[in-house]
Amino acid sequence: MQAGNLVLLLIALGAVFYFFGWRRSYAVSAPLGGVRHLHSLPGYYASLAAVWCVLPALALLGLWLIIDDTVIRTNLMASLPSAIQPANEVDYNLLLNQIRNVAGGALNPAFVPAEVVAAAEQLAAMQARNQQMMSIAFVSIAVLGGVWGWSRVQPRLRARQQVESVMKWMLMGSATVAILTTLGIVLSVLFESIRFFQKVSPMEFLFGLQWSPQIALRADQVGATGAFGAVPLFAGTLLISFIAMCVAVPVGLMSAIYLAEYAHRNVRAWAKPILEILAGVPTVVYGFFAALTVAPAIRGFGESMGLTVASESALAAGLVMGIMIIPFISSLADDVITAVPRAMRDGSLALGATQSETIKRVVIPAALPGIMGGILLAVSRAIGETMIVVMAAGLAANLTANPLEAVTTITVQIVTLLVGDQEFDSAKTLAAFALGLMLFIVTLGLNVIALKIVKKYREQYE
Amino acid sequence: METAQKLNDTAQTNPAARMAQEPETMNQRIPYPERTIGKPLCDDPKMSMRNVDVFYGDSQAIYGVDLDIGKNEVIALIGPSGCGKSTFLRCLNRMNDTIDICKVKGSFMLEQDNIYDPKLDVVELRARVGMVFQKPNPFPKSIYENVAYGPRLHGLANKKFELDEIVENSLRKAGLWDEVKDRLDQPGTGLSGGQQQRLCIARSIAVSPEVVLMDEPCSALDPIATAKIEELIDELSGQYTIAIVTHSMQQAARVSQRTAYFHLGRLIEVNDTNTVFTAPEHALTEAYITGRFG
Repeated sequence: MQAGNLVLLLIALGAVFYFFGWRRSYAVSAPLGGVRHLHSLPGYYASLAAVWCVLPALALLGLWLIIDDTVIRTNLMASLPSAIQPANEVDYNLLLNQIRNVAGGALNPAFVPAEVVAAAEQLAAMQARNQQMMSIAFVSIAVLGGVWGWSRVQPRLRARQQVESVMKWMLMGSATVAILTTLGIVLSVLFESIRFFQKVSPMEFLFGLQWSPQIALRADQVGATGAFGAVPLFAGTLLISFIAMCVAVPVGLMSAIYLAEYAHRNVRAWAKPILEILAGVPTVVYGFFAALTVAPAIRGFGESMGLTVASESALAAGLVMGIMIIPFISSLADDVITAVPRAMRDGSLALGATQSETIKRVVIPAALPGIMGGILLAVSRAIGETMIVVMAAGLAANLTANPLEAVTTITVQIVTLLVGDQEFDSAKTLAAFALGLMLFIVTLGLNVIALKIVKKYREQYE
Repeated sequence: METAQKLNDTAQTNPAARMAQEPETMNQRIPYPERTIGKPLCDDPKMSMRNVDVFYGDSQAIYGVDLDIGKNEVIALIGPSGCGKSTFLRCLNRMNDTIDICKVKGSFMLEQDNIYDPKLDVVELRARVGMVFQKPNPFPKSIYENVAYGPRLHGLANKKFELDEIVENSLRKAGLWDEVKDRLDQPGTGLSGGQQQRLCIARSIAVSPEVVLMDEPCSALDPIATAKIEELIDELSGQYTIAIVTHSMQQAARVSQRTAYFHLGRLIEVNDTNTVFTAPEHALTEAYITGRFG
């Protein structure tokens, strides 16, 4: 049976043992005078029986799937006749792929030597036997575990506590998965970056002013030596993020102040959700809005003023990104402004301050650390944003501070470096990982600082 | 008196019965007086309120209260929880304006000015009628900035040294100067609870109000800090008109010259503090001050 079907079967088995556990807990409680004489409620005994059925079997399945491929491969390759024994690792992998493809039907057996066909048949047989053994072991472990769990149902069994600790371990396991995944991503980016830095010096990458990541494919190719100075990308990213923050911070902050301090309850009830819908618009929609509506409008306006505006300008991308970020700032700022205790406002009003004086002199200063934290989170969001800039900011790595010219960002370059057919050992492709690492370090730094500030602020009133 | 006595007897024999009966007996057996008993009015009032009704939405919180607050006297407002004394106090500087559903009726005069006159500047009113809250609420600013807040708002000082003077005087009056003079630039939130409350008092007297309203100023403080605040109120009386809401009858007895007893939104009895505590006229007042409910 396939692993997927086995899991379905396991769910059914778990349900069966849940039922039997339930029945047995009633049965053992009957002579004592009802379920209230049991240590735990019947549901806990039933859950425990189901857990004994499911968890060991799942653990077995996981282990089996991890090691079976290696075991089969080693056995297969060892059993090959010496005539076709591979000499080195490249040959080994080539041969293995041939055998697999023949066994899988992707390669016509007529094109390969007879020994390979024989090996493919052997592989198919081994795989079938492996499936069979796995299914048998899996089902028997599940049934044995279930029976063991079922037989343990006794009035004195502390099933409630045991279910509790199983729950705890499961939750911990989920958290571990998330953490390990993050760690894995970071490490893989890090290792690829190290490979990149072996080809291109970090100094050149960090301080070079020329970005042109084309590598000669042929030795005699002209004009494609490749330059990996990332400064134009950093500058472009900062320029667009700066424009975005210039839009988002004032608008977001002022709408938050309006919603938190002035808006009537009814207005707030519909205005706040609408504002938050902005955060739910897919960024690709913002992207074509920027590329098809805003950028031409800016160019038209610029031309009417006698300015030269590129059709993909930093300004268009920045403006639209700013609009996208408004809800981040406004909802975070709204939270911290509402968190300022009413007593502060009362204290100020009772001294004869008007509402705007109170907001300016007491509420905003008290909420400022939280607002700053929100802004930093928004900045890291802006730096990491991809879709809008891919569509609206352009690809030319210009080192400029003029928002009317086309610039490019780190994220855009990562996309263009990795789209299409690539060799994964050329500096061009590896540059994407180095850029990704930079992006990761910057946004991580911003997030850490932002969270620290927000946390410090939270402690102030509690 | 007789009913109260009966009530007392039942209570002593059967505490459970007392718990169960009390709210009913309070409401039903002891009738409210037709008019407020004692002396709710005075000859030379700083503030005078007539026919005050306050509503929160549909429910009425205060019923037809008439009360004068004399010049430079300390008046204590006492009564069980939810009797409307804090609500009444918050009407006196229109802090209830910030609550949407609160409706206030009746006449409120601060000397010659009608407090609820639409033409009256509420900002100016609150500069004349200051308020100290139940929980100390210093701003998250320095001690100096806390006290200087009001004077800055109202432009009471043009030069730095004038402001310094106001800050020092206010802190001295609040009895806090010696404790904080070396750390005026440190945050007000870093002070102890009692010091914070005295800072709030300093803050409100920095704008030279005529009346200071105090809403249970000691309920969040320990006995020693409370004693200091009471001492302070004693020193301030004579310079300021003070209305204080309190749950502590000892406190009312110690700091006030007149005491007003509120019961479920009605002003039952107002008299000299001595009279209220030694010879209460109304049975409800007596029941409250002898600790039978509240």
